[in-house]
Parts: sequence; C-alpha cells; structure tokens
Amino acid sequence: MNKKPNVMIKGTKEGLTLHLNDQCSFHELKKELDDKLSAHYRETEGTPLLTVNIQTGNRYLTDDQVEELKEIVRQKRNLVVNEVWSNVITKNEAEKLIDERNIETLTGVIRSGQVVEVSGDILIVGDVNPGGKVLAGGNIYILGSLKGIAHAGHNGNMEAVIVASKMVPSQLRIGDSLNRAPDRVEEDDEHEMECAYVDDQGQIVVDRLQVLKHLRPNITSFKGGS
Amino acid sequence: MGEAIVVTSGKGGVGKTTTSANVGTALALQGKKVCLIDTDIGLRNLDVVMGLENRIIYDLVDVVEGRCKVHQALVKDKRFEDKLFLLPAAQTSDKSAVNPEQMKKLVVDLKQDYDYIIIDCPAGIEQGYKNAVAGADRAIVVTTPEISAVRDADRIIGLLEKENIEPPKLVINRIRNHMMKNGEMLDVDEITAHLSIDLLGIVADDDNVIKSSNKGEPIALDSTSKASISYRNIARRILGESVPLQSLEDERTGVFSRIKKLFGVKA
Repeated sequence: MNKKPNVMIKGTKEGLTLHLNDQCSFHELKKELDDKLSAHYRETEGTPLLTVNIQTGNRYLTDDQVEELKEIVRQKRNLVVNEVWSNVITKNEAEKLIDERNIETLTGVIRSGQVVEVSGDILIVGDVNPGGKVLAGGNIYILGSLKGIAHAGHNGNMEAVIVASKMVPSQLRIGDSLNRAPDRVEEDDEHEMECAYVDDQGQIVVDRLQVLKHLRPNITSFKGGS
Repeated sequence: MGEAIVVTSGKGGVGKTTTSANVGTALALQGKKVCLIDTDIGLRNLDVVMGLENRIIYDLVDVVEGRCKVHQALVKDKRFEDKLFLLPAAQTSDKSAVNPEQMKKLVVDLKQDYDYIIIDCPAGIEQGYKNAVAGADRAIVVTTPEISAVRDADRIIGLLEKENIEPPKLVINRIRNHMMKNGEMLDVDEITAHLSIDLLGIVADDDNVIKSSNKGEPIALDSTSKASISYRNIARRILGESVPLQSLEDERTGVFSRIKKLFGVKA
C-alpha cells in the first residue's frame, strides 16, 4: 500500500519545514520523524546549523508533546527548532485571546474600595473615585475623572496607555512602572483629556491626548474609511 | 405596607443617630406612623437622643431571640399620639447577636403596622452594617463636608449599590457656611458631584442640635431652629414633596438690615 508519508520535509530559504500528518497517531508520527531525520541527515562535523520549522496541521499538541518533537529534532546535531506551528488552539486559549483584544465597557462610578479587573481594554463611562482601582491587561479609557488608581497592562504590557477626560489620579501604573500624584497640585492646572504612557526611559509620562496617535499607532483597530 | 429607610455613613460621628432621630420625629410630625430601630448593639445612643432611655424594658436582641414580642419591646414616644416608636438596641451584647435574616424578618413584620421604619446603622461596614441594611428598601447616606467623611460615604455608596435597594440619597450634615464660602470646606456641589447621587438635604452646623440632644428632645420639635427646618424639609422630601434647598445665609436680625430688607436693598 502506497500511503502518504506522515512526515514531509521541505526546504525553504529560511531552512527546513517539516509538515506533519495530523491524522496518524502521535506515536507513529514520532517514530517516522525520527527515522526520516536519521536517514537523511547523517551527523557531519562542520556543517552550518539548519533551522527547522514544524507545521503540525490540525493536530493539537500539549506543551509536553511539543517538547518531545523538539527533542527528536534536536538530537540531530546540526538542526535547531525555530518554531512549532499549529492550526488549532484550545477553546480556553481562544477565549483568552478574544478577551485580550476585547474592549469591555462599564457605566457607573468606581467608588472607594471597589476594584475592577479585566484582561483586555476597558472603557469606563463615569468617574473613578479616590480609593477605587481599575486593573486592565490592556489600555484603560475613562470618560470621566480619574481620581483613584489605574493600572494598565498589569500583565507586564509596557505599551499600554491610560486615557482620561480628567486626569487627577492618586496613582498611575503601567506594566511595572508606577507614578504617584504630586503632593501639591496647583488649583488652576489643566487636566483636560490627557493620556499616560511609558516613555523610553521607563517613566510614566502624562501628555496631551493628541500625541497618542503617533506614539501608539497599534491602538487603532479601525479598518476601512479613508 | 410601610417603607424601611436605613441611615448610614461608614464613618462614625457624622450624625447618623441625630439624623435618624430627627427625620423620624419630623415624619411623625407630618402625621406618619414611624418606628425607629437602633441597630448599634453594644453602643446604643438613639434612645438617649430621643429621651427614652428610662423606659426601655426589652431590646432588639430580646426580640430576635424570642424573649418577648416586638410590640412589648417598642418604646412609645409620649410626645406623639401613637405615631412614634423606638426599638432600642441591646447594650450588653454585641453586633453578632443578630444576623441579617433575623433583621429582614423583623423589618417585614414592622412594615405591616408602620408607614416608615427608620433604621439607625452603626459606623463601619461589618456585621452591624450588614444587619442594618438587610431589611431596608431605601438608604440615606449622611456625610459632613470633610474629605474623610466623603471618602467613607463613597465606599458605603459602593456597597449599597450592590444591595437590592433603591439608589441611596445624600444628606450633608454640619455645614459651616462661612468656611464653605471661603473655600476652606468642600462645598455642596463638589460633594454631590463627587459622590454622584441625589441630594436629599443639607443641615447647617447648629449648636442647638447638641443642646437639644443632651436634653433628649430631637431638634425637629423646635420649629424655630434652622437645623429643625432642614430636618423637616428632609422628611417632606421623603414623602415625595419637592422642597427647594434652604439658603445657608445667616438671617440678619439687626434693625438696620431689616430696614434694608424692607426697602429691597440687598444685604
């Protein structure tokens, strides 16, 4: 029976790509991968390292299985695994991805002692009062006064920004940077429509809203129009 | 079927008990049948302010533990004909002597017989607060024009919004007009904007409030005092009337200013 091989090796400019069949068992796959690589690539001293990308098709691999595959490839001296691609991810991962890109909207006042936490961006229509806290994996947009604590990118995303109609926070945090309000604020200071971001020195800077477009072009997700 | 209103603030000493006593009295003056409940078990005060301390036989804890019937524990205020009653707190137990379910049942029972149940809440956000809020339909948040009181009011409003009750209403107590005018104190607009809830009334800081509390006569009984008018206005607003906020300006009683007024000259 002349069946399609479970492992196909293709050479590209970047190195090798291994296309793995997603219908056979994982055990068979491992065996065939090992055989093929051993047959084709004898250990030769002095040959340059070849990068290998692995394409697993519609097969879902756990982290351990990925590691097993990588190990098989690594055993052949001059091969290095660059990336393992798969067409599939788990539902949980997909939901997490959606959450991270989602903007959640919340109408109302975040009062003292209340903590709001989201994994993506958040839009708050209302004030954040002193003692209130907003945590977001992404950006924080506030249509109202920010008088409490806002922590954008709390998973370590230093690109995140905080935008507020009235910026008078007790603390601003972005990623692992922290900035505290000055102890004395001049009464006539303007705090209209401002944004906070982390600059090149890792300091949180508060600036006019207009600079945001140039500093963080990725925030725009709107497509179309002109 | 009556309505239960909890008077709360988070912070202590802002005038919850005074407000409860006077709003209750003012509602009774309007001809409503009112029952005051003191839930500050262990630190009861409402009976003292109402001047009913000597008549207490049973208390809240006796009622929930079944040692007496509700009507046996209620203390009648003789100044009113069967209009105003007080259910005093126990002085010997603590807040854990009562749980929210018991309070809810008690308030539901009392609502059958009374138009308004005013629940005086203890300071803090622990068991005592939870008990006080359990049976309430509406809430009054009391604050003073101090940043610490406003901060605690904000916290308590956040907690009240999670309960299944109407949005709370605000009473700003102890307003000192001259300080507010100089900008040394938070002003009424600032506080209501910050807390973003409806204002139910403002009460000026008035020495007579302390005087009458010490005598055991709620100031709302004295129709001449400014604070009394404030409390009566609050009661009227609770009843659904629309009463404009009274001016905080001190009345000038000198002869000269009265002449000025006569001629329409602004003081």
